[in-house]
Amino acid sequence: MKYMMLIYADPANEPVYGTPEFEKMMAGYLSLSEKMAADGVMLAGEGLKEAETSTTLRVRGEKVETMDGPFAETKEHLGGFYLIDVPDLDAALEYAALIPSAEYGTVEVRPVMDYPDAG
Amino acid sequence: MTAPASNAIAVTKILGKLAREEQGRLLSILIGKLRDFQLAEDVLQDAMVSAVSHWGRNGLPASPQAWLLQVAHRKAIDRIRRTKTAELAGADLALLMEEASGQDDNPDIPDERLRLVFTCCHPALERKSQVALTLRTLGGLTTEEIARVFLDRETTMGQRLSRAKTKVAAAGIPYEVPGPEQWPARLDAVLGVVYLIFTTGHAGTADDGRDLAQEALFLCRLLNNLRPDDPEIEGCLALLTINHARRAARLDDAGVRIALLDQDRALWEASELKEGLALVEVALSRGRLGPYQIKAAIAACHCEGDTPDWSQILLLYDELLAFEPTDVVRLNRAVALAEAGGLEAAIGIVDGLEAGLSDYQPFHAARAELFVRAGRWQQACMAYEKAIALVANEADKLFLKRRLARVAGN
Repeated sequence: MKYMMLIYADPANEPVYGTPEFEKMMAGYLSLSEKMAADGVMLAGEGLKEAETSTTLRVRGEKVETMDGPFAETKEHLGGFYLIDVPDLDAALEYAALIPSAEYGTVEVRPVMDYPDAG
Repeated sequence: MTAPASNAIAVTKILGKLAREEQGRLLSILIGKLRDFQLAEDVLQDAMVSAVSHWGRNGLPASPQAWLLQVAHRKAIDRIRRTKTAELAGADLALLMEEASGQDDNPDIPDERLRLVFTCCHPALERKSQVALTLRTLGGLTTEEIARVFLDRETTMGQRLSRAKTKVAAAGIPYEVPGPEQWPARLDAVLGVVYLIFTTGHAGTADDGRDLAQEALFLCRLLNNLRPDDPEIEGCLALLTINHARRAARLDDAGVRIALLDQDRALWEASELKEGLALVEVALSRGRLGPYQIKAAIAACHCEGDTPDWSQILLLYDELLAFEPTDVVRLNRAVALAEAGGLEAAIGIVDGLEAGLSDYQPFHAARAELFVRAGRWQQACMAYEKAIALVANEADKLFLKRRLARVAGN
């Protein structure tokens, strides 16, 4: 099954560049992506630029409404994601627990909608 | 040749017994094959309905369980073909057809209930849904009976169960017994569900439907049979057994709770208590300590000898704190400390827990008792009043009111 791991964090809680915590976080992400590549489970994974750079859009009637900033007004923002293909939820949760941001943020693990072949 | 009517009565009786005793086991096999809780429940129900007319006409098959399974597999194929949702790949359908055409007198039916219980109690499900799903599939309770446990409407509980079943399939929750690495944490979740079912039954009154304490004991015994020699399962079973042995002494004639030390020990179920105490010994002798074993050992200390060995209980709470560093355990430890001679220190500890436990009724009740012992009557009254305001069941409310009345005179 395919799972999207959505990584949320409050920028105020993230390790600061130059500190040992920052180094630890970087090393954690590096070893995780190496592991996922070696296990052959990673389909995609990206980090996103800071939430202030986000633009939110809605179409209401004929009108396009554009807003500056992210969709939800929460402290924790979507900061990145991995798309993985693993046998079941337990396997996905094992990888999710290895994401360094899980230590100060939140990781949402969501199955990808999957239509079985007809027949 | 028996008369049709007597045959029908005999068949319905046997089916009723099968539904009660074998439903969980049959469901556990069907869910393994179909990977769909709802479909498994529906086809087992279909098979039971078929059994009424078939068995009524032809008499009992050699193995009723195998007959039900085979027919359930056939019904599953029908349903899958009819709805064409084809959640199953072609190969699985072929496997099902093999099962459906197999011998129906094969008594060698596997038991998949351990996989089922770990799936029902998976941490990806809300605790309330874990309890509901376990009671539904392994305990065979109806949706209405489960709704009554939670004081929910039947439709609300039906929706909750249906959401949980859907999530198991949609989120890819595995139908597996966890490996050694995950075993302790996952077992803890399962035992948590069992214990919650027990305490819900224990706190309730007799007239609210199925005996949940019995249900929890059944589940715990089942776990112990499916995975023998696990000290935490034994510990949990010991804890439930010891508590259950004391049930007749818990309330007085007016329905008021009686404190453990004031209970009439002649009302304790001696053989059940003995069984529980022996289980504690067996579990502890395995040398792999865990929270349920410690809780069972504490319960045992309360029953052995004329008065509890409080210094021993205090040591056990210290051990428990290492596994469960929670405010509730700290509170219970403080009570033991007071009994062991450290009243003032205990009051100090309890004062420090107020922020975390201010909504927890037993906190105020325990605090009140400590104030009484220290002769701080006014504070005791206030604490009793807070506890009474938070109390959920009548037996505890009457108990607290009686305590308050006794103190208020001072």
